[in-house]
Amino acid sequence: MRDVAIVGFAQVPNLRRGGGRDGVEMVLEVANAVRTQTGLDKDEIGFTVSGSCDFLRGAPFAFVMALDGVGPFPPIAESHVEMDGAWALYEAWVRLQHGDIDTALVYCFGISSAGDLPDVMTMQLDPYTVAPLWPDAVSVAALQARALLDGGRYSERDMAEVASANRRRGQGNPYAHLTGDFDPEALLADPYLVAPLRRHDCPPISDGACAVILAAGDKAKACAERPAWIRGIDHRIDPHHLGSRDLTACASASLAAEAAGVGADKLDVVELHAPFTHQELILRDAMGIDADAVQLNPSGGALCANPIMVAGLTRLGEAAQRIMDGDADRAMAHATSGPALQQNLVCVMEGE
Amino acid sequence: MQRCAVIGIGQTNYEAKRKDVSIPGLVREAAKRALDDAGLGWGDIDAVVLGKAPDTFEGVMMPALYLAGALGAVGKPMFRVHTAGSVGGSTSIAATHLVQAGRHKRVLTVAFEKQSESNAMWALSPRYPFQPPTTAGAGGYFAPLIRAYIKRTDAPEHIGWKVTLKDRLNALKNPLAHLRMPDISMEMIKASPLLWSPINYLETCPSSDGAVAMVLASEEVAAQAPNPPAWVWATAMRTEPVVFSGRDQVLPRAGRECAEALYAAAGITDPRREIDVAELYVPFSWYEPMWLENLGFAGPGEGWKMVDEGATELTGDMPINPSGGVMCTNPIGASGMIRFAEAALQVRGMAGEHQVEGAKVAMGHAYGGGSQFFSTWIVGAEPR
Repeated sequence: MRDVAIVGFAQVPNLRRGGGRDGVEMVLEVANAVRTQTGLDKDEIGFTVSGSCDFLRGAPFAFVMALDGVGPFPPIAESHVEMDGAWALYEAWVRLQHGDIDTALVYCFGISSAGDLPDVMTMQLDPYTVAPLWPDAVSVAALQARALLDGGRYSERDMAEVASANRRRGQGNPYAHLTGDFDPEALLADPYLVAPLRRHDCPPISDGACAVILAAGDKAKACAERPAWIRGIDHRIDPHHLGSRDLTACASASLAAEAAGVGADKLDVVELHAPFTHQELILRDAMGIDADAVQLNPSGGALCANPIMVAGLTRLGEAAQRIMDGDADRAMAHATSGPALQQNLVCVMEGE
Repeated sequence: MQRCAVIGIGQTNYEAKRKDVSIPGLVREAAKRALDDAGLGWGDIDAVVLGKAPDTFEGVMMPALYLAGALGAVGKPMFRVHTAGSVGGSTSIAATHLVQAGRHKRVLTVAFEKQSESNAMWALSPRYPFQPPTTAGAGGYFAPLIRAYIKRTDAPEHIGWKVTLKDRLNALKNPLAHLRMPDISMEMIKASPLLWSPINYLETCPSSDGAVAMVLASEEVAAQAPNPPAWVWATAMRTEPVVFSGRDQVLPRAGRECAEALYAAAGITDPRREIDVAELYVPFSWYEPMWLENLGFAGPGEGWKMVDEGATELTGDMPINPSGGVMCTNPIGASGMIRFAEAALQVRGMAGEHQVEGAKVAMGHAYGGGSQFFSTWIVGAEPR
């Protein structure tokens, strides 16, 4: 495959109610930022692709208005996925393999706080047999957590430690939404929100946007001093129904990690998109990540900021930034989508 | 860039209400027919690319998740495209890109809409702050643009009726078409109620349930296919903003530049002569002459004359929508992919009664949003 790299990454501060800003305002900011970082003019972008979700807005065509943020005139070659921005990046990476263009702009935005998010996410479920029962997103995650705890490998204390570790690391991330120094013991004294999940096991409801520029070959070297070269990228999906898969195994994450070549060499940095604490434990096992041998979620991960449709691409951007800054040589980033980690994408990047 | 061919096409029969199937049943019906055409099984597919119009139509958020099992995608890459009305075209292109990039050898792409489980009129009448309201659905949005076209070109009023008559007669030759009106006549069209001036009821597309699927394959896989392949010569997509001062919304620059890029990539210099048949996204009768001009089949102000002369009829020199088009079948999210698939059927010689004699080069076209998203492809009977 052709050598393609992340050469620019920008995000807005993740906030509840978006600081009063709409998607288009946030997209304008991140699109301008990555173009400035890479020195690319608007007309030097070969392909533009975005990820967003109409249901967050409660109206169709959320992406149409957001397009104004990239100024698509004269007309541009452009597409959109109703998926997290990480999958938009995958489409751009595929497009760059054709060899006729060298750059792509990828962006995504999510106003997660516009409605009652846990209830909105219910609309992802089987519309005939499951959604009418209205299980909200936290309850679906709690079912998965219960299955994990019943397996005996992990305890509620392990989950509290995941929360504590991520929110401590998030203190160094100026874009993070919810951070702090929390003692796991103290967290366990809190009441359940939806058993066995406590408030600390859940992500904040964040609004946000981010953008990435991908460039191929020599163009990448011209756009960044140290591009984050994509060495492997893959995504896979599991069955939808919660009863038709092992909720504690996450087979699609294992498949994607293997196909992306995660195990081929030592990793310096890993960014996992695990909105709930128990999901980090599941993903670590599914993808063979030793939390003690890598720098795990230096950004604080989705437990510190979880803008829907954005948090996945943010993981790719954060991992790439570590490479671009010279702090890591080999990094892995992961994005998830769907109820209880149904769909997973893995990207492996290197500095050389 | 690797070569890509369409080796399988499957369509559901289209109806106002497919009460016999659920959403998964609907998409699976199209996918299974495409696999059968390609001589492949579910296990042969490397990746699945799904498209549909806004999720608010059926009220299922990001339905690729829910449909992973029905489309045999479990354990594989599953991808979901959404670019408004052009989505069926954009989805076909995203799937084509996977083969052209050398990423996969056999990609299943599917698009659907189950309008009987939705309310498109409601979903297409959003009110956004600081934006002009698009009330009364798509017709209310596009009728003023049609009036502007008529004013610009002095086209006579019967042009819209003529397109309608042609498409409805063509649909009688397509056993899958939704609206089949054997007794259709100019008088009936003219006498049907006025909905949004100048659009009469019979000059509009229906609301349909339906799905369409294609199997896209690499050159080596296409060589083994049981039925003739349609080779993808070129694809193009263009986007512009929905609103800005001075924008030509009637014949958008994005549509024109999309066609120019497409023809350049396909090596076509005179589209009317070199393209044998085109399936264009015409949801209201008047959009046929408008797109003929926007896409370079006719010069400025000449599109309606092509219609008047009968050039776009099945036996004309530039047949448009031999399947009956969107005017007769409109599962919104699938409508664009149906155009792409029908173009491919024509060059495969598999279009049945609505086959254009000797078609070797065909074009598929879709548009969406406020005439701002365009996706197109050219397919040929031979590789290029």
